[in-house]
Amino acid sequence: MGALFSFVMVILLVLLAYAGIKAANLQIFFGVVIPYAAILTFLLGFVYRMLKWSTSPVPFRIPTTCGQQKSLPWVKQNKIENPSTALGATVRMILEVFLFRSLFRNTKAELRDGRLGYGSSKWLWLGSLAFHVSFFTISFRHLRLFLQPVPSPVHFVETLDGFLQIGAPTFLITGSILLLAALFLLLRRFLLPTIRYISLPADYFPLFLIIAIASTGILMRYFLKIDVVSVKELTMGLVSLNPMIPEKIDVIFYIHLFLISVLLAYFPFSKLMHMGGVFLSPTRNLSNNNRMVRHINPWNYPVKARTYEEYEDEFREKMKNAGIPVEKE
Amino acid sequence: MGAKDLVRDASLRLIKGRGNSRERRMGLKDLIIAKKTAILKRWFDMILGTYPEETSNHLRKQADPFANPISHTISKGIEGIFSTVIEGTDIESAFPFLDNIIKLRAVQDSTPSGAIAFILLLKKAIREELKDKIHEGVIYHELLALESNIDEITLLCFDLYMKCREKVYELKANEVKNMTFRLLQRANHNL
Amino acid sequence: MAKLPTPDELSKINYKPPEKRWVNTPAEFKDGFWCFGTRPKYLQAVDMPNPREWKPIEDDWKLPENWKEIFLEGFAERLKKYRSFRLFMDICVRCGACADKCHFFLGTGDPKNMPVLRAELLRSVYRNYFTTSGKLLGKLAGAREITFDVLRELWYYAFQCTECRRCSVFCPYGIDTAEITIICRELLNLLGLNTDWTMGPVANCYRTGNHLGLEPHTIKSIIESMVEDIETITGIKIEPTFNRKGAEILFITPSGDLFGDPGTYTCMGYMMLFHELGLNYTWSTLAAEGGNFGLFTSNEMAKKLAYKIYAEAKRLKVKWILGGECGHMWRVWNQYLETWHGPTDFLETPVSPITGTKFDYTSSLKAVHIAEFTADLIKHGKLNLNPSRNDYLKVTFHDSCNTARGMGIFEEPRHIIRNVCNHFYEMPENTIREQTFCCGSGSGLNAGENMELRMRGGFPRANAVKHVHKHYGINMLANICAIDRAALKPLMDYWVPGVEVCGVHELVGNALVMKGEKERTTTLRSEPLPEKEAKENV
Repeated sequence: MGALFSFVMVILLVLLAYAGIKAANLQIFFGVVIPYAAILTFLLGFVYRMLKWSTSPVPFRIPTTCGQQKSLPWVKQNKIENPSTALGATVRMILEVFLFRSLFRNTKAELRDGRLGYGSSKWLWLGSLAFHVSFFTISFRHLRLFLQPVPSPVHFVETLDGFLQIGAPTFLITGSILLLAALFLLLRRFLLPTIRYISLPADYFPLFLIIAIASTGILMRYFLKIDVVSVKELTMGLVSLNPMIPEKIDVIFYIHLFLISVLLAYFPFSKLMHMGGVFLSPTRNLSNNNRMVRHINPWNYPVKARTYEEYEDEFREKMKNAGIPVEKE
Repeated sequence: MGAKDLVRDASLRLIKGRGNSRERRMGLKDLIIAKKTAILKRWFDMILGTYPEETSNHLRKQADPFANPISHTISKGIEGIFSTVIEGTDIESAFPFLDNIIKLRAVQDSTPSGAIAFILLLKKAIREELKDKIHEGVIYHELLALESNIDEITLLCFDLYMKCREKVYELKANEVKNMTFRLLQRANHNL
Repeated sequence: MAKLPTPDELSKINYKPPEKRWVNTPAEFKDGFWCFGTRPKYLQAVDMPNPREWKPIEDDWKLPENWKEIFLEGFAERLKKYRSFRLFMDICVRCGACADKCHFFLGTGDPKNMPVLRAELLRSVYRNYFTTSGKLLGKLAGAREITFDVLRELWYYAFQCTECRRCSVFCPYGIDTAEITIICRELLNLLGLNTDWTMGPVANCYRTGNHLGLEPHTIKSIIESMVEDIETITGIKIEPTFNRKGAEILFITPSGDLFGDPGTYTCMGYMMLFHELGLNYTWSTLAAEGGNFGLFTSNEMAKKLAYKIYAEAKRLKVKWILGGECGHMWRVWNQYLETWHGPTDFLETPVSPITGTKFDYTSSLKAVHIAEFTADLIKHGKLNLNPSRNDYLKVTFHDSCNTARGMGIFEEPRHIIRNVCNHFYEMPENTIREQTFCCGSGSGLNAGENMELRMRGGFPRANAVKHVHKHYGINMLANICAIDRAALKPLMDYWVPGVEVCGVHELVGNALVMKGEKERTTTLRSEPLPEKEAKENV
């Protein structure tokens, strides 16, 4: 149900953009108004969410420790999985954010005894990593549309991306990887009953959306071969706050742009915010130096606890009879 | 009655049941052994079919025995039981396998029937796997004898199940006793 | 002939696959899977809301009229107070990496025991009341209202989680189900929905300082009974002190070590060690409990119960605190205690009076784990050990969830075991250290009435023990947690008969050669030492 709904939603979005351009000539609306609105929503929403999280207090220091603690000098500490310094915690976060360390943990048993059992978990790690790396690379490559002159790192990444050196325009591998990885993540949700059971429309929708974005992108570049110069005129117009609509842009571009706008606007309201949230996770980004440095809870408040005096008052006679020292004879 | 006694009783029953049908059953036995993998797979799937779909998917993954202990216990267990029933291995060798599965079912199911039904699924697995042969009618008698064997094992399952349940109640009762052992000891000492 | 159900129909009775989505499948309370509801007297004893007689299985939980309001206000308050809670409500992508990491899921096969779904039970409520998308889109956004059925479900599954944090190890965002369960239980406690097994110890602990409600003279008397046992076994008379001012060290251990076997043998091990070292330490009859069932109730209650630790250290003017073998006690001490009740300027950075080692990694908390303390002694060769006295044992070590994933104490206990035993074997790699499987009875679930749940939850652990039992003949499961000592015993009894359970310091006590001791003929359990051993000593 959730999958079908999400699928229909994305199709509707595509049709909306198509009709808007073809039937109603709403180039300005889809080429200027929507992108601006989406960017604004994205930025404000993202910042709002991040502020809301980062201003929430962290009352206790609760890292999940995944290795030997720092203790006696001759005991070898695992400085990354159980960091006791900010540096250790930073390295731990880097491994987590860039290499999906925790997901990778799933494969350990398989590597040890060569069984197939953990296969799917390993695929999850690989699939997610491929998905995220290619998504990031593609976004980075797209900077060429928003910067003039195009900075050399963008050129470099593009060259790297096209290392296969086939086709004209050069085949960039990340586009296909993104599409395949997204399809893989989607298939997982369809085929594995466990995952299907826990999946919500909010899990299918972004996947369908991203699949649609990648597909339209690939269509534009390799099949319909739209006029990149005009596209850049439009994007540069947006960046320079001097928007204009070039004549020769095909409708597929507006669909692509519209879907991206939807993704951006949807982002801050969705689970996609894990992108920012992962940095704030108290079980990962804190070091386990609890016994060295006292952690302060900003809302710590005094509680009424039972005092020794009350305790002694209740049990004084019994204590005296048992020969246990008391404060008041 | 101890575990050993349970096994002995069941062995006796099983041997009695085998008796005269032994030679004639060879045909069926060969058939079944030839289809061992298929029957076991069918049986395993039937047992997993008694779990919710969301779960059985996880169980079906032939994972590391420690990451997926239920699946491991069941698949190893039915293999051992299969050997006893079909290949005529001594029932004592099946005991640990039966015990493992029953232990699991005894705390997983809240009805006794649900807990020991898995063994009867073997009949179904064999019937389905040998459907054609059964229709030919040639192995009909042998099949009946074999199914009697499974019935015997079922009785053993019931004994084992009861033993497990008694164990659980014993553990429940002991819980408080263990907690306060030292206190009781002290109280007695003070008297 | 009447139609009888076929075997597969029969066995399906209890495993009817949910046809509907999980949100529409109310929790089915199965026998042996839930704990009794708390009695009113316990709630009254510590001033907690809604004391009344109630039964979880009944349809009327006697909730206050405005229970939804109370629940949601509590929810909102905690979203403001805990970044962890807000974040964990928001960022889960339902990738499923945690699904098969939970011992309760592995042992029960109940899909709602997948950590992700356990959290979704609460997340769905969160979405409905606290997110824009949930408010606008409702069910479509995975939101649902808080109804009595939902409350029952939250209760049922909040008490099928042992807060062991294993899922958190595998989550790409570190989402910690323990954190979610802890807060969910806090919310339930606002409505008086604790279990009797948790609330009883809490109430007792408040009044007497320990879970069983032992009064000071009883504590002394129990410890003295152990002293007598030690004298019988070793011929050495130990003289522990109670509430003695000016001792160097305050020793605190979970009270399970005082009254329940096999914890008591561990406790005898501590005392023999301290005697042999001539350690200047004292017991406190009030702080005679390191365990804290408040952690399974609410943050505030945990804080109240933890108050006595530093208060007694201050009153008795000790220099530092030595903590016994306990899992959640150390989670509380390591991650909460000083935040609640610090600073600890009245104490000193712990220094081992025997080896001179300065434990500067605990310069702020000022508490040393006894495994660290003893490992240091052994490393410096300060103990005369005869590991062959433990030769009748083949030992494996169970890492306790809390010390593993809330602290990271792995090597110290292993160092000790290797020096006091000759036969030590590890369980498979994916079942120990940070990947250790819970005993299935932590976080206040070690009651009697939910034994089936405990046996299932502990199955993955037992399965790994069974493996080493079969391959190496393991007959002793060592650990550093009082709940483990209590809970693993029935678990082994059921799944792997023939495997006993002990604390690490019981092994130390057995191996420790004490000055002036008589020839030992029995173990600390007063069981005769195996013959071979007796001959060698002649």
